[in-house]
Amino acid sequence: MGIITPGFSGRPRSAAPELPPGQYLTPDFPVLSAGPTPKVPRDTWEFVITTETGAEHRWSWDEMMALPQQTPTVDIHCVTRWSKLGTSWQGVSLDTLFEDVDTAADYALAHCYGGYTTNLPLDDLLDGQAWLVHTFDGEELPAEHGGPARLLVPHLYFWKSAKWVRGIHLGHEDTPGFWETAGYHDYGDPWREQRYQGD
Amino acid sequence: MTTLPYVDGNMLDGPLGEVFAVDMSTATGRCAHCGATGPVAALRVYSHAPGLVARCPTCTEVMMRLVRAPERAFLDLRGTALLQLPMPQVPAGG
Repeated sequence: MGIITPGFSGRPRSAAPELPPGQYLTPDFPVLSAGPTPKVPRDTWEFVITTETGAEHRWSWDEMMALPQQTPTVDIHCVTRWSKLGTSWQGVSLDTLFEDVDTAADYALAHCYGGYTTNLPLDDLLDGQAWLVHTFDGEELPAEHGGPARLLVPHLYFWKSAKWVRGIHLGHEDTPGFWETAGYHDYGDPWREQRYQGD
Repeated sequence: MTTLPYVDGNMLDGPLGEVFAVDMSTATGRCAHCGATGPVAALRVYSHAPGLVARCPTCTEVMMRLVRAPERAFLDLRGTALLQLPMPQVPAGG
């Protein structure tokens, strides 16, 4: 005996009720990446939404920056178990980008400079749940965190908030992305701890 | 710094040793994207990620992804066209 375990303290393992199960709080902003960081000049950057019929809606950097801007402050949860609360961003709501997009699709596949992809139900990108962000904490989003622009979908694990995003393909079929084809959960709700396939 | 550091494929010895019964440190792989063939130990492994992502040192495309869940491992080898594995010698004849 004599071994002290956290379970004997009489307190819950996580004293912070705002954290999803299995997460710990970090003041840092860890950099995770599955490959080399792409260098994307703003003057050639573009964002394209492609519907299930092949129709394209395209924004240059200047066109995107001229759209109404929002400043969401949100909690983010990485599947590698760190969470960061109250992060401040600036960007364009996906609702704004989808305003003139005529689609009956159910699924979205975000694709990125550098080749990364991630899939989400289209409903999870709308109704004030998702943004295309270019500013973090009042500063230009650094390339290692996905700059010039990344998705921000804070109600799902952070791998869904694709870095270096360049567009979204819409479709009637769900097409699993980079991590979803390698064992991670198709949806990734941190509050239901949907980390891996079958969770 | 704009590029994350990666480590060489020698770091895969432990994680792949959980999966394979043979010594992977001397295995060779052929990239399904560019055809380059080389030792697994020479792959570029991005480990600051939800899983291990091993990329071809020639074309940087993904050759191998290994995700370790608490009670499962997922190994995606679609980027590897061929793995050559060292094996114990079998008796001649038969």
